Amino acid sequence: MNIPVVNLGAILPAIMLSLFGIAIMVAEPFVSDAKKSWLGWLAIAGTIAAMLALAPMSRQAGQWYTNLWIVDSYSIFFHFLFILIAAITILTSMNFLQREGIHHTEYYALLLFATVGMMMMAGSNELIMVFLGLEILSIATYVLAGFRRTDLKSNESAMKYFLLGSFSSAFFLYGVALIFGATGSTNLIVIADSLRSGDPQTSLVSLAAALMLIGLCFKVAVAPFHVWAPDVYEGAPTPVTGFMSVGPKAAGFAVLLRIFMTAFPTLEDRWTSVFWIVAALTMLIGNVIALVQPNIKRMLAYSSIAHAGYIAVAVAAGSEHGVSAVLFYTLAYSVTNLGAFAVVTMLSRSEDKLVNLNDYAGLASKRPGLAAVLSLFMLSLAGVPGTAGFAGKFFIFKAAVQSGLIWLAVIGVITTVVSFYYYLYVIVQMYMRDPNEEFADVRTTGPLKLALAITIAGTLYLGILPTRFLDWTVSAAVNALR
Amino acid sequence: MLELALFYIFGTIAVVSAILVITQHNVVHSAIFLAGTLLSVAGIFLALNAEFLAGVQVIVYVGGILVLFVFVIMLIAVERSTFERQFNRQWKIALITSAILIGELVYVVYQGRDTFVLAEPAVPLVQGAAGNSQQVGMGLYTTYLLPFEIASILLLVAIVGAVVLAKKKTQTE
Amino acid sequence: MEFAINYVILPLVKIGIILAVLPLLVAAITLAERKVIAFMQVRLGPMRVGPWGLLQPIADPIKLLLKEDIIPARADKWVFVAAPIITLIPAFIVFAVIPFGPTINVLGTPVTLYVTDLNIGVLYVLSISSIGVLGIILAGWASNSKYPLLGALRSAAQMVSYEVALGFSIMGVLMLSETLSLVGIVEAQRSSGLWYVFLQPVAFVLFFICGVAETNRAPFDLPEAESELVAGFHTEYSGFRFSLFFLAEYANMITVSAMAVTLFLGGWLRPFPNVEALAFLDLIPGILWFAIKVVVFLYFYMWFRASWPRYRYDQLMKVGWQFLLPLAIANVIVTAILALIFRG
Repeated sequence: MNIPVVNLGAILPAIMLSLFGIAIMVAEPFVSDAKKSWLGWLAIAGTIAAMLALAPMSRQAGQWYTNLWIVDSYSIFFHFLFILIAAITILTSMNFLQREGIHHTEYYALLLFATVGMMMMAGSNELIMVFLGLEILSIATYVLAGFRRTDLKSNESAMKYFLLGSFSSAFFLYGVALIFGATGSTNLIVIADSLRSGDPQTSLVSLAAALMLIGLCFKVAVAPFHVWAPDVYEGAPTPVTGFMSVGPKAAGFAVLLRIFMTAFPTLEDRWTSVFWIVAALTMLIGNVIALVQPNIKRMLAYSSIAHAGYIAVAVAAGSEHGVSAVLFYTLAYSVTNLGAFAVVTMLSRSEDKLVNLNDYAGLASKRPGLAAVLSLFMLSLAGVPGTAGFAGKFFIFKAAVQSGLIWLAVIGVITTVVSFYYYLYVIVQMYMRDPNEEFADVRTTGPLKLALAITIAGTLYLGILPTRFLDWTVSAAVNALR
Repeated sequence: MLELALFYIFGTIAVVSAILVITQHNVVHSAIFLAGTLLSVAGIFLALNAEFLAGVQVIVYVGGILVLFVFVIMLIAVERSTFERQFNRQWKIALITSAILIGELVYVVYQGRDTFVLAEPAVPLVQGAAGNSQQVGMGLYTTYLLPFEIASILLLVAIVGAVVLAKKKTQTE
Repeated sequence: MEFAINYVILPLVKIGIILAVLPLLVAAITLAERKVIAFMQVRLGPMRVGPWGLLQPIADPIKLLLKEDIIPARADKWVFVAAPIITLIPAFIVFAVIPFGPTINVLGTPVTLYVTDLNIGVLYVLSISSIGVLGIILAGWASNSKYPLLGALRSAAQMVSYEVALGFSIMGVLMLSETLSLVGIVEAQRSSGLWYVFLQPVAFVLFFICGVAETNRAPFDLPEAESELVAGFHTEYSGFRFSLFFLAEYANMITVSAMAVTLFLGGWLRPFPNVEALAFLDLIPGILWFAIKVVVFLYFYMWFRASWPRYRYDQLMKVGWQFLLPLAIANVIVTAILALIFRG
């Protein structure tokens, strides 16, 4: 009997988050309603612990648990990103939950577990593990989307997400089954080896890869698999929308790259052309439809579809530069978008009512600070120089041009210009319209301020001094390409 | 030979009852056909010498999940659902797109029929006295130790999620 | 020829015997039950049909078969007809793996006293018997009547709940025997020299409690509580269809007793199978030992019914989830630790 080496260090961040998630649920009955936010801080402590646990994890580089689990700078980068996303989301949610009267602390636990699921996706070297991680993430987010249980829109959001999400999981699973039939393994490296040794162009393998691609494209909401996103994003509680627009997306791309770079390099010429089409379609559809959205949550939903398109450009580029651009862009986009959703959360007030663009009219004259912050995030999403969004887009288009995808880069730049319209429209509303109301009941509380501080700092830092993180993403990309 | 015959018999039953599951107006009838599908899948497992899996399939899906399904169906008004329209107005478009998709799949398979080679089947597990129950256990606790533990988180999330969605409304809601 | 005998003729004969004997056995139990409960209540029980009422079990089925077959007008006919069959078939086919005795010689051919020895025997019994619940629920629903529906709901909740504790209570035995085969478990008890009831007393008690609950018998007979639900899930059933449910319930009682005997009381083994001084007990053949033990359990069933009041629904759920299940899990953990210590 050969029991595999149990290396707890290699999965320490996931263990930390799980432990804190369980601790929160155990502690809940002992905490009075007024002090529920303490458990939010406990969740924050969990993310800090997980962040610290990255250090011992990074010393365990290599493959663990009978080659199911990889620790390299690629997986560590995504671990870092996921923990960051979780922490910012928790900070944004704490007052929101209280305000909405849905302060069930399972929220924090589910958020932490969802993060564990994302970690499992990014760090695994095995399709079964990927599937388990995907399901943990998905089930937790279905529930979070429907967390406002008395609200019909929230129910609709959860229901739609659940139906389409399980549908896409089935696609993914079917692909896994076929690839197991074709190669006799679900281990990415073994799959790659057996494809190299045999005839790599078997139609069965292509079919399997296509099915897996469809499943994952649903999860990251790229065209033509994006239709669910706006309704789901609109109905979900605003902080959850923020989480959904970055977390599952980053995890989906992490897995997508890992699977296609590691297992299917022999099919590269096939899947890059697929990504070409996907990227072009997504950028066009996302940006054009976002132009006419009156609701800021829907607008940001289409914008997040468009951003997935930009990331897909980098995936299509495929090179070392492309992969590093994917990593950098997910980080930059996550920080910026979470910041934008933090402001939207704050301004939406009770029952998430005030989420139309004209509700923002004249914000600058009443709350100049908030207006400036939201403007910064909008500029970064649009990709104005000096912000994280610009740096990210720059690296993506550079990678695209280097890989010879000139036309894709051109489409990207044109659609970016289109996107300026709807991002700047928010700013126009805030600065050049007369206020309809007082914004007196908008309160910036401690956790929210902290969340905003982190996201503002991140947006500016990545925009002005991107080199440090860029170096990290490049070394991670080298790891992923191997 | 026998294995192949069994596969086709069980496969046919599984597919036919699966179609009946979604076309029946009455939910309870759907549930009964679902039992048929699940049991014939268990039959396929048996034909493949995976008797442990077959047993688990029956006890978990038929004895557990399906019974809970029916339990829930009892609590809702079944009569009403029989009068509601089964498909929405877009069913024709959906039918056409599905047909195109199936056509595509068939085309891909047909085009690549020469390259459609399956890998060697996994090494047949030793049929010891304990059968493959032992092999399943060994696999779960050695090779697939990490996914096995991760699955516990998955179950925990599902339980917590169900409780959150189902528990009593609080005063603030 | 040998193949035909071993794999076709012998199994068919055994299956035929089981299918023939089981209904007779059930008939005998019904009489025994009425007599036993009557004696416990200082009554005489059935006395009219035959001497001391001995022909009562023959009169009863004849009466049932001759009765009019009624299907309620608003019932879902299709499901109404299928439900008793769905309940009955699993109740009968679990007997395929129950070992009634050791291998014996008939005309020079070794004959095993069981239809087959599956290597997933325990799992087979659990999974097949879990299908039976489905029939009960469907019967309650198809009747389109409130008492049957209530009975069916109770029964579904009860059987699903107690199945969990039942499964866990068996786990301790499996850890000791290291096999899922029922024959293997009996052999393991022979080689360890002790019936597992002495090694797993907690599991034994849990198993029997849960087994009684699984068969919907007193004091867990809420699904057919006549004082509140008329007759529970089979209120609308009459005649032949009712007798199928009846048959299934009593067959399940025999199954639970036989499983308890096999798992905990050494199956066909005599008491203390490795004590030489008791070797004279081997004069009694194994199948008889098995029958004696099963009868003892069936007697307990009747005794329970005569002595104990019925649980209330919430008490039932509380006992199942808050007491039996944790105890069963604790038993598994303790057994695992002890097995690790003593086996190294």
